[in-house]
Amino acid sequence: MTTPLLSVNGIEVIYNHVILVLKGVSFSVPEGGIVALLGGNGAGKTTTLRAVSRLLKGERGEVTKGYIEYKGERIDALTTYDLVKRGVVQVMEGRHCFAHLSVEENLLTGAYTRNASKGEIDASLEKVYAYFPRLKTRRTSQSGYTSGGEQQMTAIGRALMAHPTMILLDEPSMGLAPQIVEEIFEIVKDLNARERVSFLLAEQNTSVALKYSNYGYILENGRIVMDGEASSLASNEDVKEFYLGVSSGERKSFRDAKFYKRRKRWLA
Amino acid sequence: MAAKKNGPVIALGAVLAAGLAAPLVTGSPLGFYLEVLIGGLMAGVLYSLVALGFVLIFKASGVFNFAQGAMVLFAALALARLAEWLPAWIGIPAGFPALTLAFVLAAGIMVGLAWVIERIVLRPLVAQDPVALLMATLGVTFFLDGFGQTIWGSDIYKIDLGISKDPTMILESMFQGGILVSKEDLIAAVIAAGLVILLALFFQKTATGRALRAVADDHQAAQSIGIPLNRIWVIVWAVAGFVALVAGMVWGAKLGVQFSLAQLALKALPVVILGGFTSIPGAIIGGLIIGVGEKMAEVFLGPPLVKMWDLAGGGIENWFAYVLALLFLMVRPEGLFGEKHIDRV
Ligand SMILES: Nc1ncnc2c1ncn2[C@@H]1O[C@H](COP(=O)(O)OP(=O)(O)OP(=O)(O)O)[C@@H](O)[C@H]1O
Ligand SMILES: [Mg+2]
Repeated sequence: MTTPLLSVNGIEVIYNHVILVLKGVSFSVPEGGIVALLGGNGAGKTTTLRAVSRLLKGERGEVTKGYIEYKGERIDALTTYDLVKRGVVQVMEGRHCFAHLSVEENLLTGAYTRNASKGEIDASLEKVYAYFPRLKTRRTSQSGYTSGGEQQMTAIGRALMAHPTMILLDEPSMGLAPQIVEEIFEIVKDLNARERVSFLLAEQNTSVALKYSNYGYILENGRIVMDGEASSLASNEDVKEFYLGVSSGERKSFRDAKFYKRRKRWLA
Repeated sequence: MAAKKNGPVIALGAVLAAGLAAPLVTGSPLGFYLEVLIGGLMAGVLYSLVALGFVLIFKASGVFNFAQGAMVLFAALALARLAEWLPAWIGIPAGFPALTLAFVLAAGIMVGLAWVIERIVLRPLVAQDPVALLMATLGVTFFLDGFGQTIWGSDIYKIDLGISKDPTMILESMFQGGILVSKEDLIAAVIAAGLVILLALFFQKTATGRALRAVADDHQAAQSIGIPLNRIWVIVWAVAGFVALVAGMVWGAKLGVQFSLAQLALKALPVVILGGFTSIPGAIIGGLIIGVGEKMAEVFLGPPLVKMWDLAGGGIENWFAYVLALLFLMVRPEGLFGEKHIDRV
């Protein structure tokens, strides 16, 4: 078996020294894969991504158990800067563009960690514009005044400017119209196929995420409760019921005993 | 709604403008009036410089840096004393060569200071209560004031830029008696303007400048794409230190390097209240408004007040800026140019 690009091994994360949020999470992302991390509000998806990207410290969080390996090397002691230099960038939930910078300036900040020549940077910029033609038409606009979809594209484009091997993408669908979501995911798929960028994708929007990923993990209350090929998860009865909002029989109410029993199994 | 919000600001602006025009209407000679105006602008330029350092730090790290005034004094002391000592130490000719080398060394010292402050003050306190950071900069202020005296001495020192202090007459043909301006003031204004242009280029055109603006906008996002905040803080404090050095040099040349510089530099506080804490143009324009305003008030408002109420007179210059800032706090707390929040999700 080849070593995965990223492997997370039994990590436990505590915020503020007391709030235990991840309770032993393990998963891996193969080279060239798109792996979805699914789960509802507060399941711990963002926390998991922050643990990988080393952004926990600014949130007063800390990995207290387990370890994370990237390309077979432990990354526990690295800073976000080191990690971005090695090719792992997180695109934060809520997009977080630099509102007072133009779209193009936003993109250029993404290349901060690279010691690249102007020519190389320009080439990267053109590549981003090729994937996101809309950004090219908006390049001089202050990004605070661009649409939500354009901001999400800017955030992804900005990460691409770092020339990443892997992007940690946190809820790209948040607050966007369904067709923009599809448009963005198509581009993600494209980037994966043509640029060989691997993705770890945190999403609440289970159906879209499973449609575009190869493999998925379901996180609940800081634990992984299920994992599998995207297609098999999409057809799994429990997943359908709890995450895709469809059920084979009549709709189950929240008080339904069977629901509870299954739910409990998941939370145990 | 908008009109209601802008109403008081417009009213305040009208009062200021009326105050500016009043001396002319009441028959002050134009030449003298312009002299006062220019004198005010010159002082204002220096306030602008100090305010600029303040705004830079506030934007990039959210730290309300009380120590900016102390940094001006510290830098000016370093420059004055090094220029004095260097000829004896290494035999460099006194005067311009010694001053140039002293300037470079003082700039280096300010960069070193930025590094030390980041290491031992900011880094341990980051993510703590903002009040802790505010107190820490107060601590830095007293430390710099005291430590500055320890190493550089506590007398009044001179910085000699080799510019004549004699005033020159300009525009003699246009006004009766012409306008008296000092060459030193003019050069100070040119230096300050040059520095502002340099900073603008740095912020707009370089990758580091862009990163600084990015951090000012959203430090979490900046961190997420690999911009190291620690490094950015050292850079902004170093830039603010450099700005303090230039302000200290110009001011020190004019007034002598002495403890009162630090107090004078504190006028940056009303300037940033006026201009807005996050606005670089605000710092510059706020400085000019306060510089001109207080000079005008001193010269044209003082004497009539004295006559009317039989006061002792004088001293308006000392409180004018603070009263103006207070008025602004009441009608427009975000300042003239307080950054527009772009709220759209
Ligand atoms: N900085 C923090 N300090 C303390 N607790 C936190 C912090 N960030 C997150 N948490 C807690 O950790 C838990 C997991 O949060 P996390 O943001 O990882 O969830 P998520 O799966 O990303 O949810 P969502 O889909 O709503 O974004 C939540 O209970 C949350 O309250
Ligand atoms: Mg989240």
